[in-house]
Amino acid sequence: MDVAVIGASMTQFGQRDAWIRELIAEAGEACLADAAVAPDEVDHLYVSNMASGEFEGQGGIMNALAHDLGLMPAYSERVDQTSSSGGAGIYEAWQSIASGASEMTLLVGGEKMTHRTTAEATDVIASITHPVEYKHGVTLPSFAGMTARHYLERFDAPRDSLAKVAAKNHANGVDNPHAQFQKEVDVETILDSPIVADPLRLYDFCPITDGSAALMFCPVDVAEEYTDDYAVVSGIGGATDTHVVHERDDPTVMGGVVESGKQAYEMAGIGPDDVDVAELHDMFTILEFLQMEGLDFADHGEAWKDVEAGRTERDGELPINTSGGLKSKGHPLGASGVAQGYEIYKQVIADAGPRQVEADTALACNVGGFGNCVITTIMEASQ
Amino acid sequence: MTFDAHICQNGHVTYPGHTLCPECHEPQTDTVDLADRTGEVVTWTTSTATPPGVRAPNTIAIVEFDVSDATDGGDDSVRAIGQVTEDDDVETGDAVEPVYAEELRDPEAGIKEPASQGWDGYRFRPVQ
Ligand SMILES: [Zn+2]
Repeated sequence: MDVAVIGASMTQFGQRDAWIRELIAEAGEACLADAAVAPDEVDHLYVSNMASGEFEGQGGIMNALAHDLGLMPAYSERVDQTSSSGGAGIYEAWQSIASGASEMTLLVGGEKMTHRTTAEATDVIASITHPVEYKHGVTLPSFAGMTARHYLERFDAPRDSLAKVAAKNHANGVDNPHAQFQKEVDVETILDSPIVADPLRLYDFCPITDGSAALMFCPVDVAEEYTDDYAVVSGIGGATDTHVVHERDDPTVMGGVVESGKQAYEMAGIGPDDVDVAELHDMFTILEFLQMEGLDFADHGEAWKDVEAGRTERDGELPINTSGGLKSKGHPLGASGVAQGYEIYKQVIADAGPRQVEADTALACNVGGFGNCVITTIMEASQ
Repeated sequence: MTFDAHICQNGHVTYPGHTLCPECHEPQTDTVDLADRTGEVVTWTTSTATPPGVRAPNTIAIVEFDVSDATDGGDDSVRAIGQVTEDDDVETGDAVEPVYAEELRDPEAGIKEPASQGWDGYRFRPVQ
């Protein structure tokens, strides 16, 4: 059964007073309204979230949301796939409709993080590492630093090319009213910012963020009862790489990106050249290169040249992260993959406002851990 | 203490070990101790924003060890990750040797249950 997306919402991302229950209720209610779906029409509810228990001590948030929005007796489930929980939620929601188990599925992703210090939040995220990594104080930013060094040294890429990823995504974020940062940052400021994980600096990393986003899914034939402007989930794939990051044969290849991308392309019956716009998981600037290469937008070791040439800017041949990416939107873990879905949905239904590019086919790649779990989603315009 | 990498019957080596070999799915039945070997730095970083209980700054390296003598024609090398010894600097390609440390970070300060894992291990020191 072909699966459609008929509505979407996203809260303000940033430092919010709201706690996790309030954040996901805000996005969930707005999504019901956007899709013009009544609470009692929802058959399945998925809530993407990595760590509400660890961050806030609140468990069972799928149940809390179902009650707050009056969705009972809908089937409800919390989806955790670390940073790719949102993408995994899209996968679950797609599956629920494609299988015929649900005729109307609400997906809400959310995370509440900013009440913790950066060190504490970093530790919650680092809890995904293997004990032999964790005991050395290995964090996700440190994986990014090691991988960036290896990439720059091996492919003779200039350090500036990573800064240009951050500058591009911040420039795009200026036009996203939901973004945590809506201001441009120039390459010089990025290269002068404090070192976080050498050679990467503060502006190579996304901030710590509160926020929530939501999508409404149903079969295509049901979608037509609600709206003419819907998106079709034409391809989706998910894959897992090693838990221990240094065990991968090539530190510059994310197997989960390659594999999930292949699955999504094959299901959609398209190739990388057919993609008009993409949201990539720029939790760290270096990840944008690794995903561009893993998804075959660029040859191995060459993505930096496309960034240097401006090919991935909003007016370029393949705009990447028109939303501003995680860099400027912020990265509320469980919300991020859903917010990527929000952007590509808006792009293909031509409702992205000042961020709009010409796009019939859009792709989102949501990376969990340091490429440990990856979901790639392709949406196409209904007409 | 030993710094064991684990080997299956087909000579595939991993550090750390796994229940089944990720390559061929046979059990890992043998080990090779990396503690007395010299390795080479593949890449490294110095992290300034470290989590609770971790030294700051924290220099970490991925190091590759030649284990071709221990695998009977299997894998030639295995990689490990670890801190670099205090006050030492490394560059990619440098030779390093493992040095035992009793406590790599404060087990009480982080999110993981202290009893759930070991906290001692090997740091990497540049070979002069
Ligand atoms: Zn094996």
